[in-house]
Amino acid sequence: MENLAKQKIIEDLLPQKFGKQGTIWVIGLLVLCSIGFYAYCRQLYYGLAVTGMRDYASWGIYISNFVFFVAISLVGSLITAVLRLSDVHWSTPLTRIAEIIAVSAITFASLIIIVDMGRPERFYNLFLYGRLQSPIIWDVIVISTYFIISLLLLYFPLLPDLKIMIGFKERNGKWLQKLYVFLGSFWKNTPAQFKITDKAINILAITIIPVAFSIHTVTSWLFATTYRPGWDSTNFGAYFISGAFLVGSGGVLIAMYVFRTHYKLEKYITDMHFDRMGKVVVLLALLYLYFNVNEFLVPAFKMKKSEEHHLLGLFTGEYAPIFWFAISTAMIIPILILIFKKGRKPKAAFVAGILVVVGSWFKRYLIVTPTLLHPFLPMYDVPASYKHYFPTWEEWAIAIGSLAGALLVITFFARIFPIVPIHETIIETESNENETHL
Amino acid sequence: MSQNNSRRDFLLSGLVASGVVTGCATKSNVFEQSFDEQVKPSGKMVKLLSVDGEVIEVDEAYLKPIPEMPTITNEEERIGIPGRKFVMVIDLSRCKSLKKCQAACDYAHHLHPDINWLKIYPMQDAEQTAPYWQPTNCMHCDEPPCVKVCPVDATFKRQDGIVLIDSERCVGCRFCMAACPYSSRIFNWEAPGVSGKIASVPYSCEKSIPQLKGTVGKCDFCPDRARENKLPHCAEACPNGVFFFGDLLEDSVTNGTETYRFSELIKDKSGYRLMEDLGTKPSVYYLPPVNRNFPFENKDAVVA
Repeated sequence: MENLAKQKIIEDLLPQKFGKQGTIWVIGLLVLCSIGFYAYCRQLYYGLAVTGMRDYASWGIYISNFVFFVAISLVGSLITAVLRLSDVHWSTPLTRIAEIIAVSAITFASLIIIVDMGRPERFYNLFLYGRLQSPIIWDVIVISTYFIISLLLLYFPLLPDLKIMIGFKERNGKWLQKLYVFLGSFWKNTPAQFKITDKAINILAITIIPVAFSIHTVTSWLFATTYRPGWDSTNFGAYFISGAFLVGSGGVLIAMYVFRTHYKLEKYITDMHFDRMGKVVVLLALLYLYFNVNEFLVPAFKMKKSEEHHLLGLFTGEYAPIFWFAISTAMIIPILILIFKKGRKPKAAFVAGILVVVGSWFKRYLIVTPTLLHPFLPMYDVPASYKHYFPTWEEWAIAIGSLAGALLVITFFARIFPIVPIHETIIETESNENETHL
Repeated sequence: MSQNNSRRDFLLSGLVASGVVTGCATKSNVFEQSFDEQVKPSGKMVKLLSVDGEVIEVDEAYLKPIPEMPTITNEEERIGIPGRKFVMVIDLSRCKSLKKCQAACDYAHHLHPDINWLKIYPMQDAEQTAPYWQPTNCMHCDEPPCVKVCPVDATFKRQDGIVLIDSERCVGCRFCMAACPYSSRIFNWEAPGVSGKIASVPYSCEKSIPQLKGTVGKCDFCPDRARENKLPHCAEACPNGVFFFGDLLEDSVTNGTETYRFSELIKDKSGYRLMEDLGTKPSVYYLPPVNRNFPFENKDAVVA
């Protein structure tokens, strides 16, 4: 009886080949990536002049995309570390989803920052001449640390699953089998091995929390360490982190729904998961809303001369449509959907997740660019094009290409590895059954 | 390649020059090479001092010009001119936005046509006060926010107070531009479009030429000219004597025709610095626009 259940779980959760939909999806993403790559080749050849950025708006959607990627990657630490350490078990089937989102997002965060550099071929200067007093170096250090810990947190729980998959030699085919053997043939399911990985995962889960806080705090300091209105804020670290957990959890809601419907995982990613993740998102959205109120209401109450143009530009001026769109889609509407039990059903929660992620992307844009277009001294003695910013097609193509790339990594990962941990699911079901027997 | 060539030429001409110096003692004709090139003596003799302290006479035609080489190493450029602390005083009462300073600066540094290191802002402090022109270049702050944030030490503060950029190290992250509250940093979004000769000049932080695509640029206080005891291009070009340049340690500034004691000038004319409250400690001081030489005329609308 028990063995049968185990067989069924393994069968349900083994990675599956792309169906027709999956193939179309992958081809679509590949096309977007290639367009982005072509646009980047143009940028390499002609220089950053192909972008809409100029001296005032010297950071544009590349940097806001970078902030977005770093933000969304924080969810890995939330689901795998925070929930694990607080002994929450319902999130087990979501850990791998969260962790692969983290790994692919942080990879593309690093890539997009190289895309933004005027001299990408001098990237090695960061290591040759790096100066510890620059927040960029702090970012390089914490992001690479976070990447490595996330990768390990993805890999260690995968080991028992690799052993299971190695057993399906014919199903895997030659290449995948080779990959599985390469990655996990040393794993023998011995108690000693379990003991040591459990310990390692616990240590990593504890370490990743301060590192996760650091990556996004330091990212916020890229802005907050300057004098500019809109960035010169002591609230920025906490404001960024709360927003990061929100967008990451929104991303997990989307991924849960897509994997559940596409891979027929209704038994593993259940309505209960949507219900609980929905509650988590409500909490995080309220938290982010709280920091937004702090970030905007307090300066708006004072309306200092230097901040006035910037704030009015957001509230009622040229950025008002995007500002209110971002506030309502990233926070208010998702709260209104997810606060009701019906809103936490899979489909509604999926829609809320999309709103959170889209709204958050635009929110990052609003954090980066409007401030730069409100300098202390007037914008003068420059060509007219310097006074406004609108991304060129190359920038859109590269930004969209990077987003597509991140999705592609997640897609291929789910093709190669079980997206819901098999071994842990078996353990959970067994312990649940034992509990009910008792 | 071109750099190597010019280096070899330099060495060759150096050999010729040392030949000149030792020439008196040896019999061989040290001007052989020049004769090969069939240089005719001009008849005009130039007196030279040999290393032995002898005065020798050489025909002018035999002297070969030494190709332009950076005479100062990157390390020296990063240290600065010893015993100096440069300051600038901009007298706002004298400026009528002729933009001669800007043109001279743009020309001398071979900047991209869209780019000005020196900008002349129409400013108005309050509704009831009269507008005025404010030339603004790099403030060469003593607490430079740009230097603090640079990840690779591409922009640096020297002992003589000047903040420079090493365009051969700059990675083009533009963090310094975000950090600078004076908007004095520009980015070379595309190549500056200079002619072959300038483009092939070996880059020097003090000359800031040639500007390189994908790197940040800004006013450099013309340290190459300071080494020759010359005023910066802007100060020299201004017909109204707006720009006073000088040395804080000597406590004197000059615009070429008038020289003042720096501390007295600032005290007597109520000199001030921009955005003092930020704590950046600029090296550029302004004299308020009182007793103006010219009325304020702006063809564009007032921006500030």
